[in-house]
Amino acid sequence: MVSPSEKLETAKYEGSRVEQSNQRAAEAADREYKHGWSTDIDSETIPVGLNEDVIRLISSKKEEPEWLLEWRLKAYAGWKRLNGEEPTWAKVNYTKPDFQAISYYSAPKEKKELKSLDEVDPEILATFEKLGIPLNEQKRLSGVAVDAVFDSVSVITTHKDILAKRGIIFCSMSEAIRDHPELVKKYMGSIVPQGDNFYAALNSAVFTDGSFVYIPKNTKCPMDLSTYFRINQENTGQFERTLIIADEGSQVNYLEGCTAPMRDENQLHAAVVEIVALKGATVRYSTVQNWYAGDADGKGGIYNFVTKRGRCDDNARISWTQVETGSAVTWKYPSCILKGDNSVGEFYSVALTNNHQQADTGTKMIHLGKNTKSTVISKTISAGKSDSSYRGLIQVMPKATNSRSYTQCDSLLIGNKCGAHTFPYINVRNHSSSVEHEASTSKISEDQLFYCQSRGICQEDAISLVVNGFCKEVFDHLPMEFAVEASNLLSLSLEGSVG
Amino acid sequence: MLEVKNLNVSVDGNKILNGIDFTVKAGEVHAIMGPNGSGKSTFAQTLAGHSAYDVDEEKSSVSFLGQDLLEMPPEERARLGLFLAFQYPVEIPGISNSYFLKAAVNEIRTSRGLEELDAMDFADLLKEKMELINVDPSFADRFVNFGFSGGEKKRNEILQLAMMEPRLAILDETDSGLDIDALRIVSEGINKLRTENRAFIVVTHYQRLLDHIVPDFVHVLHKGRIVKSGGKELALELEEKGYDWLREEEPATA
Repeated sequence: MVSPSEKLETAKYEGSRVEQSNQRAAEAADREYKHGWSTDIDSETIPVGLNEDVIRLISSKKEEPEWLLEWRLKAYAGWKRLNGEEPTWAKVNYTKPDFQAISYYSAPKEKKELKSLDEVDPEILATFEKLGIPLNEQKRLSGVAVDAVFDSVSVITTHKDILAKRGIIFCSMSEAIRDHPELVKKYMGSIVPQGDNFYAALNSAVFTDGSFVYIPKNTKCPMDLSTYFRINQENTGQFERTLIIADEGSQVNYLEGCTAPMRDENQLHAAVVEIVALKGATVRYSTVQNWYAGDADGKGGIYNFVTKRGRCDDNARISWTQVETGSAVTWKYPSCILKGDNSVGEFYSVALTNNHQQADTGTKMIHLGKNTKSTVISKTISAGKSDSSYRGLIQVMPKATNSRSYTQCDSLLIGNKCGAHTFPYINVRNHSSSVEHEASTSKISEDQLFYCQSRGICQEDAISLVVNGFCKEVFDHLPMEFAVEASNLLSLSLEGSVG
Repeated sequence: MLEVKNLNVSVDGNKILNGIDFTVKAGEVHAIMGPNGSGKSTFAQTLAGHSAYDVDEEKSSVSFLGQDLLEMPPEERARLGLFLAFQYPVEIPGISNSYFLKAAVNEIRTSRGLEELDAMDFADLLKEKMELINVDPSFADRFVNFGFSGGEKKRNEILQLAMMEPRLAILDETDSGLDIDALRIVSEGINKLRTENRAFIVVTHYQRLLDHIVPDFVHVLHKGRIVKSGGKELALELEEKGYDWLREEEPATA
């Protein structure tokens, strides 16, 4: 019954199917954590352990002013008083880091100040190039200025000159401390105080670098600013501090990306990010977090314990967008203090966990000013044996009259060994404000997968398609290139989530 | 093109199909009719490879374009040229129809050793097919079946059929839930897609669809078996007599 022409056609199909399956196998191999390699570089890493001398050492290595050393020591004293008591309220389970087994400073050996890119260690340039972050300005990253942070230090910041013409300061935190001490002194610790929490206190004592941004009054930053964090050295922690100051009426988009080599030990990343949005300013902060998540059995991976917070003055707006796919444990609540009247806070989040990953993430929206508005859209995806929680606080204070808040939390489960949880805290202390909270939990449906498959899309791609659709509302808030990267990352992270 | 021999299928241990023999050649249109619960949709979904249906592989064999269909996961069947228009099309929120179709079309193209279509070429192809089967341009940007009316969902299935250009299209109760006008529009779309190379299996409960899509053969399915086959006039006979006579004839065929 098969005609000769049909036979011919069949043979053709078969041949191409073999080719395709080879290609798929190659892709699958490629889909393991792409950034798991490390760079062999001559680094100066101080011995492990934490005490006042170590802090003095860090401070002197960075040639810091006296006031900053004192600031650090004060933070350290506060941290010590906590007696190693980490926050325990998050729904995560992990071996506590041994804070005396971590080296708090590791920097590529490169003593003198770099005048240009030519002086940067080629190994480091190659590292960032391999990560897809070309630092060479001729290969300008589609109009994005980059601050590249390698272990404890910022190695280079691109496009500084162009930005400086408009009075925009974009540099490493170390440079800012040296060149703009008045701004650093005024704002550092004003949003996240030294003693804010266990990890913020630790960070305040030992932070080594990070990015600093200042946008002058009524200036719209002409390009997106970004920081790329790379942990390379073994047994180190990364403790960076980012400070963004948007002066009155200014606007800026800021992007943050992160990766680390695959190592069997857990490594600690405890960052602090502070945003100050003065009257009428707008800051959009996007993160694609892809720290090493540990292997399929839950060995290794980064502990991502981060404090991010912004303050909005009158008519200002801060928008956090995060895509969290990496890290063994994530503990992170980018928040907004809506201090000024008519200010707006937004939080858009996708958190995906697979294998043994755990995430406890969400936001705090503190309404202080009148007519303040907050929007929270959280999408949580759990696969494998992972556990993921949304934890959010909406606090409307007595004077924050006529304020509004809307929260939507959606969870998607893949398989039946994972968990998703929602912990909303709502506290409204006046009668003219309104707070809405919606939540849903769903499982990826067999019917959806079969439907995609019957259109020629394999099961794994079908899952990533459905998950991408689920995350669309959040991806829409990411800059274009980031959205593409985020969507690719989701597919990678879901690898092997179907049994 | 398609040769089904002694197909035996059960769901959760209940036997639904009890030995179906069925052959389709290129260009033919076969209608499968039968009362509720006769196994029509099971037959359609089994051919497409739904995992809920357990095929008794010792007894059954299905060959499609010379290949063993039962060995293949659903996506490979689709790539080989088999298409199922769903009775209940599934919603995929957040994914636009055009994105979904582009992924599907390119999967099929790569599996056939063709280059993937770029965004421009794909947009042209989509526009052409949408005009051909007369669907609203807004279909491209709407999420896959999300918030579609019953009629729109069925038309969207036909749009997918047009885009994927299968060798064999199985329409599973495409007429259900359609009013007279929608039925006419959907049927016109399907008729435009009839070619010498492409075969259709039209699964339906009612004869009215077959007024629009005229079949070459009509088969009556009852209790998981084909109990009668004939030309298009068989459909009219069924319309007149209903399905009750099957129950009377049952002992003779069983």
